[in-house]
Parts: sequence; structure tokens; C-alpha cells
Amino acid sequence: MLDKIKDFASDFFVTGDPLIYGADVAIVLTMAAVVFVLSYFKKWGWLWREWLTTVDHKKIGIMYIIAALLMLFRGGVDALLMRTQLVMPEMDFLKPEHYNEIFTTHGVIMILFMAMPLMFGLFNIAVPLQIGARDVAFPFLNSLSFWLFFMGAMLFNLSFVIGGSPNAGWLAYPPLSEKMFNPGVGQDFYIWGIQISGIGSLMTGINFIVTILKMRAPGMKLMKMPMFTWSVLASSLTIILAFPILTVTLALLFIDRFLGAHFFTLDAGGNPMMYINLIWMWGHPEVYIVILPAFGIFSEIVSTFSKKKLFGYKSMVFALMSISVVSFFTWAHHFFTMGSGANVNAFFAVSTMIIAIPTGVKVFNWILTMYKGKISFKTPMLWTMGFIPCFVVGGMTGVLLSVAPADFQFHNSYFLIAHFHQVLIGGVAFGYFAGLYYWWPKMFGFSLNEKLGKWAFWLWNIGFYVCFMPQYLLGLMGMTRRYSSYSWDTGWFELNLVSTIGGFLMGIGFLFQVWQILHSIKFMQKDTTGDPWDGRTLEWSIPSPAPEYNFATEPRVSAMDDWWEKKQKLASGGAPEPKPALEPIHMPKNSGIPIIKATFWFIAGFGFVFDWMWMAIPGLIGVAACMLAHSFNYDTDYYIPVDEIKRTEAAAGRGV
Amino acid sequence: MANHGNHAASGAHGHDHGHGGHHDLEALRQMGFWLFLITDCILFGTLFATYIVLHNNTAGGPTASELFEMPGVIAETFILLTSSFTSGLAVLCMNRGNRQGLIGWLAVTAILGAAFIGLEVSEFLKMVDEGAKISTSAFLSGFYTLVGTHGLHVSVGLCWMIALMFQLRKHGITSVTRRKVNVISLYWHFLDVVWIFVFTIVYMMGVM
Amino acid sequence: MKKKGWYRRLAAGIPLAAIAFLLSGCSVNMGILDPKGTIARQQLDLIIITSVLCVIILVPVLIMTYWFAWKYRHRGDGEYKPNWSHSSKIESVMWGVPIIVILIIAVLTVQYAHKLEPSKAIASEAKPITIEVTSLDWKWLFTYPEQGVASVNYVRFPANVPVEFKLTADAPMNSFWIPQLGGQIYTMSGMAMELNLMADHVGQYPGKGANFSGEHFGKMEFIAEATSQEDFDKWVADVKGSSPALTEQGYGELAEPGIVEKPTTYSSFPEGLFDRIVNKYSAGAGSGHHHGSSSSDGESADEAQAMDMGAMDMGTAGDSSTATTEHAHQHN
Repeated sequence: MLDKIKDFASDFFVTGDPLIYGADVAIVLTMAAVVFVLSYFKKWGWLWREWLTTVDHKKIGIMYIIAALLMLFRGGVDALLMRTQLVMPEMDFLKPEHYNEIFTTHGVIMILFMAMPLMFGLFNIAVPLQIGARDVAFPFLNSLSFWLFFMGAMLFNLSFVIGGSPNAGWLAYPPLSEKMFNPGVGQDFYIWGIQISGIGSLMTGINFIVTILKMRAPGMKLMKMPMFTWSVLASSLTIILAFPILTVTLALLFIDRFLGAHFFTLDAGGNPMMYINLIWMWGHPEVYIVILPAFGIFSEIVSTFSKKKLFGYKSMVFALMSISVVSFFTWAHHFFTMGSGANVNAFFAVSTMIIAIPTGVKVFNWILTMYKGKISFKTPMLWTMGFIPCFVVGGMTGVLLSVAPADFQFHNSYFLIAHFHQVLIGGVAFGYFAGLYYWWPKMFGFSLNEKLGKWAFWLWNIGFYVCFMPQYLLGLMGMTRRYSSYSWDTGWFELNLVSTIGGFLMGIGFLFQVWQILHSIKFMQKDTTGDPWDGRTLEWSIPSPAPEYNFATEPRVSAMDDWWEKKQKLASGGAPEPKPALEPIHMPKNSGIPIIKATFWFIAGFGFVFDWMWMAIPGLIGVAACMLAHSFNYDTDYYIPVDEIKRTEAAAGRGV
Repeated sequence: MANHGNHAASGAHGHDHGHGGHHDLEALRQMGFWLFLITDCILFGTLFATYIVLHNNTAGGPTASELFEMPGVIAETFILLTSSFTSGLAVLCMNRGNRQGLIGWLAVTAILGAAFIGLEVSEFLKMVDEGAKISTSAFLSGFYTLVGTHGLHVSVGLCWMIALMFQLRKHGITSVTRRKVNVISLYWHFLDVVWIFVFTIVYMMGVM
Repeated sequence: MKKKGWYRRLAAGIPLAAIAFLLSGCSVNMGILDPKGTIARQQLDLIIITSVLCVIILVPVLIMTYWFAWKYRHRGDGEYKPNWSHSSKIESVMWGVPIIVILIIAVLTVQYAHKLEPSKAIASEAKPITIEVTSLDWKWLFTYPEQGVASVNYVRFPANVPVEFKLTADAPMNSFWIPQLGGQIYTMSGMAMELNLMADHVGQYPGKGANFSGEHFGKMEFIAEATSQEDFDKWVADVKGSSPALTEQGYGELAEPGIVEKPTTYSSFPEGLFDRIVNKYSAGAGSGHHHGSSSSDGESADEAQAMDMGAMDMGTAGDSSTATTEHAHQHN
């Protein structure tokens, strides 16, 4: 009996690597510490009522951001492990099978469990406030989206200590990811982790489209919307068109593995190349899904910190929308080398280049917004200034890659690696960091320390170039991606060494950010104005942090950058607008169903990973029960009385 | 209940860009559902695309024309089309305020839906019995997945419809239940349209 | 024009300076920057031309960014015009210049895509040599149908003679790449891909499996050696004389997952091996185990596959076009 248990445990838990034992211990200790702290301070009830069951978009946003930063840590550690392995030739720090797992999880985590939730976090924080709404269109669904993402991410991360990590690359190309070549459970963790969180992403897309189209404050015409909101609309439209393809693709892969079907197998007529087409039909739009909101953030920041209207608003809107359309016609540029022929390659090459046009135009927009402005270089603006040159160079190498006949030489090399890290770090990560610094006071009611922020920025920025510029050269020298080691006679040593140093500089930059946050919590500089940056859009017209109902009375919008215009009018001696009388505010009630339902999804997913039907089926039944419970619940909302609004506003220093 | 009444009233004249703090929640939900249908369209579109790519890859197993038996399929089609019609009748009853008629027609729709599922399941079982399994060939993988996904959608719709009948009995026709009936009938018509594509692309082109 | 030359030198100069710095002392293989074949040479030309075109936009953008940031800084003396946000003239330049540059690059791309299409035969007076390439877990098998010899992780061919590589896989997909001779192409099971290369210098060039294919894919490196015609003929004769034969059973063992430490050669290989590997996975009506039934059917299997790809493209393209129509609706 004992032997049987031992056998099971050695299969079930990942064993044999000191690194992993260390991680196990760290995980257990952290969890114990969390449980202890919550119990000691009797915070379980508070946690459940205020956070786990909340449907408030601001709190959901904060939870997204916390989860994303944790994932950034994990993905970053993966990256540094890889850079350590590559620091010199013939290193024996990681074995090939570990290296393969690490680059797989690094990619999946950074895109799907770091960039996506950080983006959704910023959607949640900023969009309802920018358009003068009380919440998103479907607060319950919003909470469900978050918990699905969270449980999906946890399921994926569990593979680190239980069962084994996926190791077929971040997009899991078959036949390598099929049962025949990959019999372990890692690939099933991959499928279910992404699938569960993907459903959440899809619902978030729907949620924000309806929110933006239907819930704007009176007077805010589409063409008066803040640019970030536009970018969220473009991104959300892309989400709802692209994510169903991912859902189907992963489902088919799972059916192959689980029921022995032959969609992508080598035998019985399966077609692995179809997977590659399908996954990139989602995968390419996906990169625009994450970059478009970053463009929106930069637009807000450039205009705020230049104290000037955004240049070429209409061009910008057109550019955003056209990118989200064209992004659906470029997927094949990820495999020009599949031999589809000159005409097919030329088509996809040209469609890819076309995207460079609106993207380039946006850069001009930002630069011309600075022109004749009054620019102050606070941290959000610093990240923007770091972004522009980085993204322009990254975009340029992107154009080089899109030239199909030349791509035959760049494909699968470190040139490609350097390119997409340049646009994803220099574009997406820098953008979300900028957004985080920008909206931080609005989220928490205090500002972050500028000095430490500058340290973090410079370390990240310099570290980035030190890390990735050598990789362009390595690619040209013929270094292939996903190599777990290389020999001395390749001549790649020096450049790899430099690159690793850069990677660690960025790691230190991250530590500075953590320090910055802790330091700023300790020496709290309260934002009493609600408008620390002299902002332009509606979110800066209310106290920081925003009260749960956001706006005491619904704002009336008459201009683009409405809040800025109102401030200008007041400053030039105009009479303040009369405040409308307060009315009771209609709010959605908290609900425990989302977290419970997501937990059932987790249970079902875990059951499917291990082929344990006794676990998967009850999990699915639980999901169905939660759906019914929600459908039969007609008591979903309540009103905040006028007295309470008055008290809250007064406490925030606003007379009503 | 009163709250919801309020809502619909205040939302009715502000349905475009919202009005006051009271957005027309039910209109929002209806729009959300339309967006969901778009995602479902893409989902089925992807499945159809994979089926079309794989439909000749029979790998020595049975082909479409050897396998499909049209009488059963035509019966399924007829039943599903009729159920779409009866779900339309349910909505008409609702618009006249006739709760009994509404529940009755929903029940007829659900029974027809269940008959459709029953026929489909027996068709699948018969094929599996003849040795045409999902693991036999890429063609059959595509077939079972595409048609099965449609069947799964119909089954989910069935459960939902039954749940809705209970809610209608309890709450009557309110702005909330009205939206729910509208949404499910929309969903049902959508599945009908998808089935017409299944019928044409999978069965008709399969036996031709 | 003068200016453009300056840019070109700059574009080429920066990496070259860096390289010179790095190379001081040791000789390092510079990969695609040091082409030794006609295809790689043209690809490098294309890379340099497009880089220069991109730099035309890049440099002014960078200058403007830093200049404006400095000039209009908060304490600076720049003019402040908070409401200036539109200028039709500037916006048309801002759209026009990228459109023109992209147009030029697009035209170049289309031309070169046809010129450098990997399946296109290279014009030469010499008669091309055919080499069949099979990617296995985790090694490369080269078979010479005309010479009757085979080798693993080593391929030799005469310089200045076009080489027609026919490629497939008997394992998860990989990618066949000799950076100094020209771009890569996927090796996929059930398909016979084609890649035409020609070395114009005698020498040894590193080749690699560029697409991740499992645990030891990093060991899928090989040497491509271009020699004179005489040396090549001599090598073939040597291999025929001294190497063992690759038997059907030997191939089975070779195809098992594992690595091959040292390049090996074989004096012969089973007739029609390559076509059988291709047919083993070809999708059509046949079962997955039609060993040896149609060794001459390489071509037709190829065609079936091409049709498959075509159908797939149509399917997917159709799908995405419906997606965008919905998109358009969304806007209205």
C-alpha cells in the first residue's frame, strides 16, 4: 500500500530537481503564512465580502493587477533561468528537458497570464471612470471573468509542482504536442489552463464593448471618447473575433489527446499544419489585442504630460480601428517557410507591412502632441519616452521580418526573438507600466515614489537594450531560438554574456519597482486632490480612490477632454456649473457565484488533465449548478441612499 | 420587482447612450447576447473550416456517402425547423401577455428539441456500432466534433429553456423574463441556421 | 542620392563595426552577413535595401522625439499652444511618407518573393544535383538518389552546381537552414518540400534544424560542405567503397528518437526510401501504413498535399473574411 502511494506521489509530484524542491518549500511556506496572517487578524470574512465576491470594477481591476505582477515575477524568473543557462557555451545549469519546459511556460505566462490580466486590470480601472459610468455593463460577468482567468492561471502554474510542465513551446505545435510525442500531463495543463482563462477573456471582450457603446455619460459622443477607451474598444472587438478560434483550436487538440481523434496527428489523415494556421489566426490578432491598449495609454499620457490636446485624434481612431481589422489578415507571416508559394507569401507580407502604416502614423501623433506643449517628465511620461524609440526600432525590424523572402533567413532565429521582445517589452510592458504609474493614485489614493520609479525605469530601459540588441546580431549569425546550449566554436559567447547581463539589469529594475511600491505604502503621500497630474479626462474629476459608485451625480460631457476644458473655464473666471441634486444610486450586489463557479471549472480542468472522470464530471455539474443558481437569482441589485452618498463625498473632501 | 419596473421605464427613453444612472439593463443584456452570438458564429465557422479541410481524409475508414443515412437526417432537420417555428409562437404569446400559451409553446419547443437530440444520439451510436469512431479517421474526428458541438448547444438550450419555464411560472412576464425569452428564442433560431449549414455542408455534400 | 549612400554605409556600418569589435582575435562565422551562396547573397541585398528604407523614417522620428522633448520641456522656452491638435498638411505627410516607403518595400517584396521562391530552380549551366533530406528525432538524414549514397548530419555537394533539396520529416516538423547559403524551409511529414540553393565558394557551412522539435532538437546541427566537383566525386566513391549500407532495419533504428554524435555515411540506402517516408503520412484515402506500395508516387502525393493546402487556405481565408464583415457591422 505504502509503495503504491509512493509510486503515485513520484508520478504526481514533480521530483528530482533541487530547484523544484526549493520552489515547493517556498510555495508551502507562503501559503501557510497567508493563511496564518488572515486567521490571526480575523480577515477571512473581510476578504470574502470585500474582495472575493466583489463585482466592483475597481477592485476587480486591482486583483487583476496583483495577479499579473505575481505572474510577471514567475515569468521573469523563467527568463533569468534561461539567460543563465545561455550565459556561456556548454553550460550544464538546466538540462534540455527543463529548458524546454521553461521557455514554454515563460511564453505562455508572459502573454496569457501576465500581459492579458495586466491589460484587463487597466481596462477595469480606467474605462468606466473615463466614460462616466457607475460600473461595467455586466459586473457579475466581470467578476466571473476574473476568477476564470485566475483559476486558469493557477491550474497552469500547478504543473510546475504537480505532474510536469508543458514543453512543446508557447503555441504547442502538433504533432509535438500530441499524445504520441508528448504523453505526459503537461500539455493537458496547458490546454485547460489557457482554455479556462480564455473563456474569461472572451467574456471581458463582450463586457467592454457593451460598456463602451452603451454606458457613456450623456454628451460623450463616440468621437469625444478618451483615446484609451477607443483603444479598449478596438482591442475588445479583436478579442471577440479572435478568441473563439483559440477555444476551438485547443479543444480540438484536447479531443485528439483525450479521445484519440485525428485533427492534428501524423496518422489517419490528421493535418498538423492546420493547427499552425488556426493558432496563428488567433495568435497574430492576440499581439494586437495587447498592444492596442498600450497605444491608448501612451496617448493619454503624452497629452496629459504635455498639457496639450492629442494631435490628430481622427487619424488615431482610424489607425486603431484599421489595425484591428488588418490584424486578421496577416497570420501566415508566422510561417512563410511552410512553402505556400510566392503569391501567398507576397499577400501576407504586404498585408503585414500595411499594418506598419497606421502604427507609424500613431508615433507621429505622439511626437506632434509634444510639439508646442509643456512637457513634464514624471514617471509615466518617462516610460513613454522610453517606449517611442524602442518601439520605432522594433517596428522597423518587424517590417524587415515581414519581407517574406528575407524572412527565410530571420525565421526561428534570435533576430525574431529580439524583434518580438522589443515590441512586447518596449511596447506592451512599458505601456502597461506607464499606465500603472499613471492610474496608481486613482486606484489607491496615494502616489508612488518618483525617485525609485526613475531608478526602475532606467534599469529596465538600459537593461532592455543590453539584453536584446546583441540578440539581433546573434540571430544574424545564425543562432536559432530554443537552443538550450551551444558550443564554443560558434562564437556566440560574448554576445550571449552581454545579453544575460541585460536580462539581470531588467530583473533588478523589477526589484526596484517592488521596493518603490513598498516604500510608497510606508511613506504614504496621499493624493487629496483626485487630480495629481492635472489630468484631462473624467476619471480625474472624482476623488482618489474613487468611491464605490464612482460619480455622485452623472457627469454631463460637452467636449473632448471634458475635465480639462471645465478646469480651463473655471480658471478663466467662468462660473462653476450648478450641481444636479443627488439621487439614490442603483448598484449591483456582490455575489459568491463567480468564484465558486470558477473553482468548479478548476476542479473539472484538473480532472480532465489526469483523466479522472470522477473528478471532472462533478466539476462540470458544479459549473452547471452555479449557472442555474445565477439564473434563478432575481435579487441582484440595491440602491445607495442619498445620505450615504453625502457622507462619502464629504469624507473625500467634496461638498455636495 | 418594482426596481426592475423602474429600470425599464427610465431606460426606455435613454436607450442610446444611457440616461441618468439608470441604463436599460435588459437592453444591455440583449446586446451582450448578440455579441455572444458573433463569437459563436466564429466558433462554428472554425469548426466548419476544419471539417472542410479534413473531410476527404478518411484514412481507409468509411466515407461520408457510405455512412450517412438521409431519412433520419431529414427527420432531424424537419423537427428542428418546426421547433424554431414553435419558439417563435412562444414569443408571440408573450407579446400578447399570454403566460400559459408562452409556457406551453416553450414546452413544445423543448420536446421537439429533445426529440432532435434523441435522434442524433441514436444516429451517432449506430455509426460507432458500425465501427466509425471519432478515432477512426480525421474525417470522422471533424464530423463528430462539428455535429456534436451543435448537439451540445441544443442540449444546453434545452436545460436553459426548462429552467426558464420554472422562472416564468414563478415571476410571470416581467422585463427580465421577457428579455430571457427573447434571448433564448434568438439562440434557438441561431442553432437552426447553424443546422442548415450542417445539413448542407456535411450531409448533402457528403452523400452527393 | 548622396545622402542615401551615407545611410547605406551607416546601416551596414553599425553592425559591421560591432562585428569587427567582437571578432578582434578570433574568426567567427557571421551567418547570413557572410553569404557564400547565390540565394543568401540576394537575401542579404534585400535585407540591406529594406533596412535603409526603414532608416529613412527611423532617423527623423528619433531626432524629432528627442528634439521636441528637449525644446518643449516644462522649463524650456518653447512656444506653448495647448489647443493646436490638427493640421491637414502635416497629417497628409504623416500618412503619405510611410505609405510611400511601404509601397516601395512591398513592390520589392513581391518581386523578390517570386525571384527567390525556394522551389524555383536556380539558373545555371551546371546540371543540378538532387539531395533528399529527412528530419528525424533528432538528426538529419541525407540521401543521394543519383549517387546512391547516404549520410547523417553531414551533407556534401559540389560548389557552383545548383542543389535541389527535397525535404520531408519522419518526426515532428523541423526547419532546414544553412544560413550562409540561403533561407530555411520547413520539413513536414507527408509532404515533399523543395529548396534550391547553390554555393559559390568551396567551404564548410554550419546548418541547423531551426524549428523546435522536442527534447534534443538543439543537437540537430549538421555540416554542409561545398567542394569541387572532383572532390565530391571522390567522396562519393570513398563512401561507396568504405561505408556500411543503410538497410531498411537500419533506417528503422535511425528513426528512433535519439542523437547521433558524429556524422556518418552510408554506401547505399533502400530504393525509394524518401518517397515511402512521404507517402507514409500523406493524407488522402490510403491508410497510414501503405509501405512500399507506390514508391513512384512521390509526385502525386505531392500534388494531393498541395491541393490540401489550397483547400485549407480557402477555408481559413473565407472564415476570416466573414469575421471581418461582422466587424464592419459592429461599427455601423
